[in-house]
Amino acid sequence: MKFTEEHEWLRPEGDTMIVGITEHAAEQLGDVVFIELPEVGQAITKDDEVVVIESVKAASDILAPLDGVITEVNEALTDTPSKVNEDAEGEAWFFKMTPSDTSQLDDYMDEAGYKAFIG
Amino acid sequence: MKPNVPAGALAMREHDMPFKPTEYLPYDFANRRHIGPSATEMEGMLDVVGADSLDALIDDTLPVAIRQKEPLDFGKAKSERELLHHMRVTAQKNKVLTSLIGQGYHGTVTPPAIQRNIFENPAWYTAYTPYQPEISQGRLEALLNFQTMVSDLTGLEIANASLLDEATACAEAMTMAQRVAKSKAKAFFVDRDCHPQNIAVIQTRAAPLGIEVIVGNPDKMKADEVFGALFQYPGTYGHVRDFTDHIAALHESKAIAVVSADPLSLTLLKEPGAMGADIAVGTTQRFGVPLGYGGPHAAYMATKANYARSMPGRLVGVSIDSHGNRVYRLSLQTREQHIRREKATSNVCTAQALLAVMASMYAVFHGPAGLKAIAQRIHRKTVRLAKGLESIGFKVDPKSFFDTITVDVGPLQAAVMKSAVDEKINLRKVGETRVGITLDECTRPENIEAVWRAFGLVQADDDFKPEYRVPENLHRKTEYLIHPIFHMNRAETEMMRYMRRLADRDLALDRAMIPLGSCTMKLNSAAEMIPVSWREFSRLHPFVPDNQAVGYHELIGDLSDKLCDITGYAAISMQPNSGAQGEYAGLLTISAYHRSNDQGHRNICLIPTSAHGTNPASAQMVGWKVVPVKSAENGDIDLDDFRAKAEQHSENLAGSMVTYPSTHGVFEETIIDVCNIVHDHGGQVYIDGANMNAMVGLSRPGDLGGDVSHLNLHKTFCIPHGGGGPGMGPIGVKAHLVPHLPGHAMTGGTEGPVSSAPFGSPSLLPISWAYCLMMGGEGLAQATRVAILNANYIAKRLEGSFDVLYRGKTGRVAHECIIDTRPYADSAGVTVDDIAKRLIDCGFHAPTMSWPVAGTLMIEPTESENRAELDRFCDAMLAIRAEIADIEEGRIDKDNNPLKNAPHTVEDLVSDWDRPYSREQGCFPPGAFRVDKYWPPVNRVDNVYGDRNLVCTCPPMEDYAEAAE
Repeated sequence: MKFTEEHEWLRPEGDTMIVGITEHAAEQLGDVVFIELPEVGQAITKDDEVVVIESVKAASDILAPLDGVITEVNEALTDTPSKVNEDAEGEAWFFKMTPSDTSQLDDYMDEAGYKAFIG
Repeated sequence: MKPNVPAGALAMREHDMPFKPTEYLPYDFANRRHIGPSATEMEGMLDVVGADSLDALIDDTLPVAIRQKEPLDFGKAKSERELLHHMRVTAQKNKVLTSLIGQGYHGTVTPPAIQRNIFENPAWYTAYTPYQPEISQGRLEALLNFQTMVSDLTGLEIANASLLDEATACAEAMTMAQRVAKSKAKAFFVDRDCHPQNIAVIQTRAAPLGIEVIVGNPDKMKADEVFGALFQYPGTYGHVRDFTDHIAALHESKAIAVVSADPLSLTLLKEPGAMGADIAVGTTQRFGVPLGYGGPHAAYMATKANYARSMPGRLVGVSIDSHGNRVYRLSLQTREQHIRREKATSNVCTAQALLAVMASMYAVFHGPAGLKAIAQRIHRKTVRLAKGLESIGFKVDPKSFFDTITVDVGPLQAAVMKSAVDEKINLRKVGETRVGITLDECTRPENIEAVWRAFGLVQADDDFKPEYRVPENLHRKTEYLIHPIFHMNRAETEMMRYMRRLADRDLALDRAMIPLGSCTMKLNSAAEMIPVSWREFSRLHPFVPDNQAVGYHELIGDLSDKLCDITGYAAISMQPNSGAQGEYAGLLTISAYHRSNDQGHRNICLIPTSAHGTNPASAQMVGWKVVPVKSAENGDIDLDDFRAKAEQHSENLAGSMVTYPSTHGVFEETIIDVCNIVHDHGGQVYIDGANMNAMVGLSRPGDLGGDVSHLNLHKTFCIPHGGGGPGMGPIGVKAHLVPHLPGHAMTGGTEGPVSSAPFGSPSLLPISWAYCLMMGGEGLAQATRVAILNANYIAKRLEGSFDVLYRGKTGRVAHECIIDTRPYADSAGVTVDDIAKRLIDCGFHAPTMSWPVAGTLMIEPTESENRAELDRFCDAMLAIRAEIADIEEGRIDKDNNPLKNAPHTVEDLVSDWDRPYSREQGCFPPGAFRVDKYWPPVNRVDNVYGDRNLVCTCPPMEDYAEAAE
C-alpha cells in the first residue's frame, strides 16, 4: 500500500490499483456530502483532477496518482457519501485503474512514511 | 422587570436655562445621527482603551507614513432637510418619459404593498446575507419562493437565488456550459437576436478565457463546433422562436443549450425546459422592480438537477434543525469562492437578494392567474399597436411576437423617434431604418395612441377584441406556480401580514448590531434611502438619451469626484455591480493596460494567502495565474516571500492584489514597500477596498501606491446589504489606466462592458451621494476615527477573556478585530459555531466566522453603534466565556449545555425542561432583552443533512403541516 502527499492511498489488486483517501483526510474534511466520480474507461494522466469530494467544510479535487485508465468506480459512494467518513481506507474506495507506468509509484510513501508525514 | 432601554439612552445632561445660547447642533447629521457614540460616551471609551484623545488613538493606530496630507474638504455638510431639497432639485433634472425601448428593461407596476413593506422597510433592506440560517428564515423563505418561481416558469428543476444582471447571468451561463459540457469544442455560439448588452458582456468575459464567441443566426449554427449556445427568447427585436431542434442538435454534439428568457412571457409561451434547454437565464426586473436607470434588478439562473453543483451563485435549500423541524439554509456553500478560491465556479459573491425578494412577492401578490392576465394584456396591446401601424402601410416585424415589434420606417427613422419624444415616448433605434417598440404592464391606451401619432396615425385605441399572434406550437402547455404560497389569500391584509411574519423571523440592523468583520454593517439612514423611490430616479430606462438623465449625470459626476478625492484616484467607473465584479473589472483594466504597452504576456498575480477568496477567483477570470504569498507569524504579508516571488516572476508579473488595512484588521507598515516591489517588476497594484471604512478621510489607497481599487459602496458608503444584495463595486484608477476602464455601447470606451447597464445600478447612487453630502469631509474622517475607536473598545473589553489575534505595532487594531476561539475546542469541546449560535440567544448576529482564520471570530462594530450597544455585545461575549469556563472546569456537561443547545426557541422554553441549566440561563443570557427578546424561529440547522439531500424549491404543503406537528 502506498500513500501520496495529497492523502490518497493506492492498493494493488492484481494488475489494477485501487485508490481512495486516507482516514486522516476524511477526518480533516468532516462530513462528506457529495462525491463526483470519473467515468469508467476514462484515460487519466497523473495530477488530473479526477474526483470531486465535497464536505460541509470544503470542496476538494482528488488528483490522479498515476497515468492509466479507469476500470471501475465505486457507485455506492454517490448515494451514500458518508461511507467515506465511516470506512475511508476500506469500503469507501473511489476507483480502480490500470496504471500504464508503475514506476510512478516510486514517488509515493509507505505507511510508515505517511504516518510521519501527517505527524 | 428590567428596563428594556439601554442604559446610555437614559443618561440626561444637566438642563441649561431656556434662553442661554447653546452650542448644540440639532441638525448635525454626522455627529448627531450617523455616528453612534455621543461625545460623552467617547470620552469614557477612550479612558477604557487608554488613549488621551481620539486623535491620539488614531496616531497610535495609523502609521504616519500612510496618512493623507490634506484633509477632505467637501464644503459645508448638509442637514437632512437640506439634503432632501438638494436631491429633489437634482432629481427634477431627470425627465421621466414613457420608455418603450425594451431590450431587457420594462416598465412595471411595483405593488404599493411591496414597495412599503419590503423596498422601503429596514427590516428587509438592512439584513445581511443569510449565512446564519437560524436568524434568516424569513428572507430564506422569500428567496426559496423566488427559486420556485424561476424553476416553475422556466421548466427547469433548480434555480439559484439571483445573479447581478441579465448580461452577467449570460456570461456565467457560458462559463458554466464550458464546465459541464462533454464537448471539447472551444467556441460558444450566441444568437444574434440576443440583447446587445448580453452579447457584449459575453465577449468581454470570453476573451481572457480563450473562448471564441460566434454571433450568428441560430439556423446556421454548427452545433459540433461549439461547447454551448445562447438563444434569446423572445429575441431582442421581438421574435418568438421554438429552439427545440437547435437544442437537440447541440445535445447530439454533447454541447449545452442556454436560453435567456423573459419570465413574464413564459406565462404564455412554451418554456425553455420544454424545449430541452439545459440552462435558462434572464432578469426578473419586470416583476415589480423599478427600472432605476439600469438597476439594481435580480437576474436569475435555472438548470437541470444534475448540473446543480456547477451553478454559480447562492442556492437556498431545505434542511432540518436539531429537533427535526423543516428549515431553510444556503446550500452547497463549499462550491463558492470563499472556500474554493481560484477553483471556484465563479467569483460571484453578492447577489440581488432584496430585488429577488420583491420579484418573488410580486409573483405571490399576483399568483399565476394574475401574471398570465398581465402577460395577455401586454400581448393584446402589442397586437393592437401592430394592427394600427399595419393599417397605414408600415411593415411590422416579426410575425409572431410577445411584447416587442420592429417597424421598418426607411428614411423616417429620425423623424419618427423625434415625434415620439415630442409625445413623451422613447422608442428604440434599430439599425438605420427601423424602430423598435416594446410594451409593458404600464402601457395605457393613450400611450398606444401617442405612438400611432408619432407614425402619423390619429385613431382611438378602443378595439379591445382579443387577438393573439403566437403560433399554436409555442403555447405553454404546462402549469406553473402551483405551490400554495402562490395561491394564498391576496387581500392586502393577508399580504401585509405575510411580509411582516417573514421579516419578524429575521435579525436585521433595525433590531441589533451586526458586528460582521469585513462587512461594515453601518447605518443606512432614512434620509439617504428616501430618494431611491422617487420616480425621477426609479423610472428611467438605462438607454434613454443623455438629455433625459441630466440629474443622474450630475449626481454620478459629483459622487465620482468625491470618491476620487477620498481614494486618490483619477477616475471612477460605476459599472461593477459588486465588489467581486469590481475586482474583475479592475484586473481587466490592468490587462488592457499591459496589452497597450506590448506587455500582454504578463499573467502572474501575487495574492497573499490571507486575501478574500474572491481575489484569486477574479484573477482566474481574467486568465491570470495566482501565486500565493505567505503571511508572516503576525498576520502581515511576508515581505521576503513577496519580494522573492516578485523577482522570480518579474518577466510575467501582471500585478498583485492586496487588501488594506489587511484582512487581519491591521494597518501594515509595509504597504508602500509592497507597492514599490510590484511596480519595480512591471506589475500593477490592486488594493482591495473592502476595508475602506478604516481609511476614508485619513489615508488614500492611491497615495500608498495602488493603481486600482474597488469601493464597496454597500459597505463603506451606506448602501444597505438588502439581505444579500444589491451591491455596488465601482473602481477607481490612476490616470494611466483611465483609457482602459470598462466601456459600454451607450457611453463609449475602447474596452468591453462588465455589466448590462453603463452605470451598474445607478438608483443606489443617491444613497452614497447623500452620505457624502451630509457627512462632509470632516464627518467622513470622524466616522473612520470612531470606527477605529469602537473596534479598539471591543478589543479592550474582551482582552483577558479572549485572545485578540492580530494587532499593529502599538497594540492597536484597525476597524475590526479577530478573537481566537480555537483553544476552546480542546478545552471544552466548544466550536466557533457554538459561540455564534449562542450569540443568537443574546440577541445578536454573530461576527464573521472562521475568516480569515479558521476557528476565529472577526468583529467589526462600525462607527454607527453606540457605547450601550457595544457593551451589550461585550457583556454577551463575556458571559459566553464564563459558560465555556463552566464546561472547562467540569461544572456542566460538555454535550448538554447552553452553548451546544443554542439557539434556544420558544418551543424549548415551554417544553419539558430537563437540562442541567435553568430556563432563565438558556433563554435570557446577558445581552438578551426581556420584553423585546429576539426569538429564533428554529433550532440549530443541520448543514450536513441539507447538503446530502438537496431540495431547492418550496417543499409541498403537507410537509409544512408535518413540521408543525
